[in-house]
Amino acid sequence: MTGRRISYFEASARQRLSGLVDEKSFSEFCPPELRKTSPHLARLDAPLAFDDGVVVGRATLAGHKIFIAAQEGRFNGGAVGEVHGAKIRGLLDKALLEKPAAVLLLVDSGGVRLHEANAGLIAISEIMRAVLRVQAAGIPVFALVGGSCGAFGGMGIVTRLCAEVVMSEQGRLALSGPEVIETVKGVEEFDSRDRALVWRVTGGKLRRALGEATMLVDDLIPAFRDASIDLIAKYKTYPLAPASLETLLAEHARLTARSERFATARDGREIWQATFVDAARVPELSVDEFNRQLGEQV
Amino acid sequence: MSEQLLFDRLFGADGHKISSEGLFLHGLAEVDGQTISVIGTRDHAAIDVTLALRIADAILHTVRADASTSPRPILFIADTQGQALSRHDELLGLNGYFAHVARCVDLARRQGHKLVTLIHGEAVSGGFLAYGMLADRICALPDAQVRVMDLRAMSRVTKINLERLEELAAVSPVFAPGAENYWKMGGIHEIWTARDHWGERLAAAFGSIADSDSRATIGNERGGRQLAASIAQLVADA
Repeated sequence: MTGRRISYFEASARQRLSGLVDEKSFSEFCPPELRKTSPHLARLDAPLAFDDGVVVGRATLAGHKIFIAAQEGRFNGGAVGEVHGAKIRGLLDKALLEKPAAVLLLVDSGGVRLHEANAGLIAISEIMRAVLRVQAAGIPVFALVGGSCGAFGGMGIVTRLCAEVVMSEQGRLALSGPEVIETVKGVEEFDSRDRALVWRVTGGKLRRALGEATMLVDDLIPAFRDASIDLIAKYKTYPLAPASLETLLAEHARLTARSERFATARDGREIWQATFVDAARVPELSVDEFNRQLGEQV
Repeated sequence: MSEQLLFDRLFGADGHKISSEGLFLHGLAEVDGQTISVIGTRDHAAIDVTLALRIADAILHTVRADASTSPRPILFIADTQGQALSRHDELLGLNGYFAHVARCVDLARRQGHKLVTLIHGEAVSGGFLAYGMLADRICALPDAQVRVMDLRAMSRVTKINLERLEELAAVSPVFAPGAENYWKMGGIHEIWTARDHWGERLAAAFGSIADSDSRATIGNERGGRQLAASIAQLVADA
């Protein structure tokens, strides 16, 4: 796969997954042949998917055993319903028993699936608890965010619970979508059709600059693969320690400092001006150049 | 019902010392002769970055205070209309601040603090996810409202007409607002009635904390969520 220019953003969940893991190493749990579709979508005469919009299974990555879930943004915006959520939760429960080197969540989701909103909301809180439990047992979970639906709603929270968040510049990570904010608060609060603004508020470069994402990579499947391999190597050397009072107090101080430093900020430009020498050029910087300049600030 | 009346009814007039600062509640109370920590939001709070930090700070404070003694139970009072809707909060990464709250709740659990949520007023979407839903046991007062979105907005977004949604809401707990629906699906463990002795129910809730997250199993037993437990098991057994 290496060397092929395959856009992560444009690929389907199954293309991303097969391009990420070692060739022919993937084996799927609860595959489409079992036809575990959503009865709730069926009752509303909405389209169904035999995998309910998420692929889960085991594979190897550079020879290491991993568990992996990939959400399909093209099906209902990757939204989480009862079956979809239960597959991810089951994968995390299984990880607790089989202790893979890592669990990879290829997040591409608007959050809760409204057609089964209550089931989706509960499922996401079950996934949150399961991620916390798996990581407390020393198994790191990595979120990969670079799909067309980004990581929003409850999946935005799940993403930030993960030990690592790998993003591309095209990836978006937030809680409420810009459309929701515009609908409720008005276009002057958030103009959802201003694409450059949306990216400056939710996009990969902004999230990396704030430390919400831990790595920024190119929009290529091999780039996400290489980053995941590096991260597995890192956790092999320095195993994940469960969050402690000390680490959470440190995180608390970091988040407090951010909210004080940017107490009135409403645009990523204000973050660039505080972080980069030449703020105006940030949107056009290559990923390598962006990472280099960011590294110089730390 | 005001918070003071609620606390009088839960703990007796002399059994609590809980203060409010804006939309945030914090203090101590007595349950069954034992001191508990009370942390919450009030007046249908929209949870923003500042309020999320206040909640997280109170949890960390409790964990630190009890580091070398027996961990106090914690009662979360949830009254939230959901996450704050603002460009500023999204820019800072409100989802990251909510994840921080969730990590603090999880730390408290791992340190041995028993965690109960009481929904007073309303519990909506992201605000509920941020902390109330991660407790060991979730209780709702009789008038509590619980939802992701009201049916009108849901109809607009899903483009399914309102009459159809209303018709289905009458027979399925899966998408329509209501504490009763969440109870059927296992997302709420118990709904209290107006005639209950709330202090006794709270003591009983703290006494029946499960070790693991059994909401999917409960949802199946109550008939409201029949696939979550079996699908998760199917994957775990693969």
